[in-house]
Amino acid sequence: MKYIEPHAHMVSRTTDDYEKLALAGCAALCEPAFWAGFDRSSPAGFYDYYRQLTEYEPKRAARYGIPHFCWLCINPKEAEDAGFAREVMSLIPEFLEKPTVLGIGEIGLNKNSRSELAIFEEHVQLALDHNLPILIHTPHLEDKRKGTKLILDSLASFSALDRGKVIIDHVEEHTVAMVLDAGYWAGMTLYPESKCSPNRAIDMLELYQMERLWLNSACDWGVSDPLAVVKTGLEMKKRKYSDEAIERVLYDNPKRFLSQSPRFII
Amino acid sequence: MPTKQDILDLHFMDARFKLIDLAAFLDRVERHEGEADFRFEALKKAIPLLLSAQPGGRAKAILDALSDPSTEPIEKATTQGASGAPRPASVPL
Repeated sequence: MKYIEPHAHMVSRTTDDYEKLALAGCAALCEPAFWAGFDRSSPAGFYDYYRQLTEYEPKRAARYGIPHFCWLCINPKEAEDAGFAREVMSLIPEFLEKPTVLGIGEIGLNKNSRSELAIFEEHVQLALDHNLPILIHTPHLEDKRKGTKLILDSLASFSALDRGKVIIDHVEEHTVAMVLDAGYWAGMTLYPESKCSPNRAIDMLELYQMERLWLNSACDWGVSDPLAVVKTGLEMKKRKYSDEAIERVLYDNPKRFLSQSPRFII
Repeated sequence: MPTKQDILDLHFMDARFKLIDLAAFLDRVERHEGEADFRFEALKKAIPLLLSAQPGGRAKAILDALSDPSTEPIEKATTQGASGAPRPASVPL
């Protein structure tokens, strides 16, 4: 099944996972910068992480024939100390020149604090300054609805923003409509224990504007499944979607959004 | 598109399994000693929405019931994790 994995944290995964992705038909993979599961102790830790995302990981993926792209930022979980976050952000422009960097992400909110919001807005401005697409993380569980609303309110204040170049990720049934109605793309994350199940995601495809939705596994160091996207394709097949319809969602949609970066060539 | 019967054939057993698992979870928590927990209370409050919420909006209604109802940013994040239900102000982190 030809598909794109638009959100995976492969630095946390094994080489065996790359093999599985290749065997399953993964045609390209995108890796947003995120939290390592613990707070990094210095900006130098982020410098090395950005090197890993832009230099090492594309080579590892290439061994399995998978083009690897990335997004850069400091994630919201490490944005509470705004001074620290700004130091890290000052490292990012150097890496924006790298050939596989698509945009700024995954920025957003975690606990919906004032500091997280300030750093989020500075990232949006960074993306605007460099004319880059934006990938936005919405908070977990009980914080998601409030965080999504705060993000939408904040984005509305950026008059120069092209909403078609922004994807707001991890939507669920209580946030998907507000994101799509505001003109943004929305991402649905397929997790075994939280976020969306494959069949809930397919329900949302049926109920909302399918042409501005993508599916991702967001596989990382936690409970997650790197094959979740292609398994959802299989569930779509069980629900009598044609091969063409499945490919539209799993391949054409992410390709259309990601191709807004001239670097996304597959 | 699949029919109602097709969807039932595909997903009934899974839904049945999850419903029984939820029932057993409620019994399990109540069977054990300990303090009341805001997460458990929030879950019990959300369960009736399975039947009372507007058809087509049940998942949204339950997610809404388990969401933080406040609207302003908090002054400072003192934790990084989430608990799955809004924490009452009276419950310390």
